[in-house]
Amino acid sequence: MAKRLQPILDDIARVTTLDELQQAIFALRDAFGVKHIIYHSVNSTGEQYAALTYDQKWVDRYLAKDYARIDPVVLGCYQRFHPVDWKKLDWSSKVARSFLAEAIEYGIGNQGFSIPIRGPSGQFALFTLSDDNTDENWAQFTANNVTDLILVAHFINQKALEIERGTDILPEQQLSPRETDALTLLAMGYSRAQAADSLSISEHTLRVYIEAARFKLGAMNTTHAVARAMARGLLVV
Amino acid sequence: MIRYLYGHELDRFPKLKSTMFQDRAAQFKGRLGWDVTVDELGHERDCYDDQAPLYVLWQKPDGGHGGSMRFLPTTGPTMVNDHFKALTSGVEIRSPHIWECTRFCLSSGAGANVSAALMLGGVEVGLGFHLSDAIGVFDPRMERVYRKLGWQPTILGRAEEGSAIAVGLWEFSEKVRTLLSWRAGISRDLSKHWFERSFGRQSLAQVA
Repeated sequence: MAKRLQPILDDIARVTTLDELQQAIFALRDAFGVKHIIYHSVNSTGEQYAALTYDQKWVDRYLAKDYARIDPVVLGCYQRFHPVDWKKLDWSSKVARSFLAEAIEYGIGNQGFSIPIRGPSGQFALFTLSDDNTDENWAQFTANNVTDLILVAHFINQKALEIERGTDILPEQQLSPRETDALTLLAMGYSRAQAADSLSISEHTLRVYIEAARFKLGAMNTTHAVARAMARGLLVV
Repeated sequence: MIRYLYGHELDRFPKLKSTMFQDRAAQFKGRLGWDVTVDELGHERDCYDDQAPLYVLWQKPDGGHGGSMRFLPTTGPTMVNDHFKALTSGVEIRSPHIWECTRFCLSSGAGANVSAALMLGGVEVGLGFHLSDAIGVFDPRMERVYRKLGWQPTILGRAEEGSAIAVGLWEFSEKVRTLLSWRAGISRDLSKHWFERSFGRQSLAQVA
């Protein structure tokens, strides 16, 4: 999956408008082969933004009925931050059940998986996939993809924040000298052990510095992170 | 038993909640002498308790607090990134695979099995939610506790001599889970049961 995702993440990295972000959501949906993907963000001042593949009819219906009040996905993910399969949410009430029946009728699918995201200064978002599938296949799909999905969800969120602020790179996405050193040594062909030794830190510490850099750079893995940093001219090799 | 509760869920357990904040006051203000705020109820709380964190708690048979710790995602506000970047060589540690764990607290008189059980709860969170590591600000005097349990942090940095602050990294692994499960005297099945009771309801909803 990482191989198929990398070109999409490269496209996401180049996104500069919300329209392009919407296109990226469609590309992600096709890459994961699910029915729908929904990204929904609420910032610290309560402003909302969504990029999604749902039919507009369901969006209109959802807003007109103010379903966010009773939607178990919203209620279950608000104030929590672990990824959750929709089956584990509380659908016991009558309103929740009829809401689900209606959602299925509108083509949402009978399965879902949501990843809550906490951003800077009180911003939060929800990244959701939905599909028509058996319990067994869906469990298999989410187990196989959850690590990638968590990363992708956060990259989409970083991009949305970047577009909202209108700056190229968020301050929190700038690499510190230590991260630049770590990536530079790897780019020069040092092994992790050699790089850690050169910087007089443990391999565990090095791994976490690289992880922090990788996340800031929106990269799937270390190789991708080094390539990104080189492309941005952040490394002198 | 181990309980996993988000901030807003603490109110369902008033005794557990109030004794946790009291025990935190006793540990951080009292025993360790940290510069923390204790309110008129004798509760030690800080601004990160207002960020809807996830608490892992050991609840005693009488319903009171035996020990606890607090998790927050590093993609949002965290103590390490907000205040202790000097101890991480200026690196802001943000990753969806690393959560911050702070306020590791034991009630006075809690046995070694309680600290092991609590750390086991921490590993369940890490492995259950696909995390690689926990990062945390801690008192180096607690290192002894972690070492005895067999789960020592990698130290990212320490404050000046004499100050009681260090930043550590705890790596999640199956090996540590097995070790802590044994040290705590809690079987894999029981631990799994407590985790699933908190994060997964049994009643499935394929109603349509």
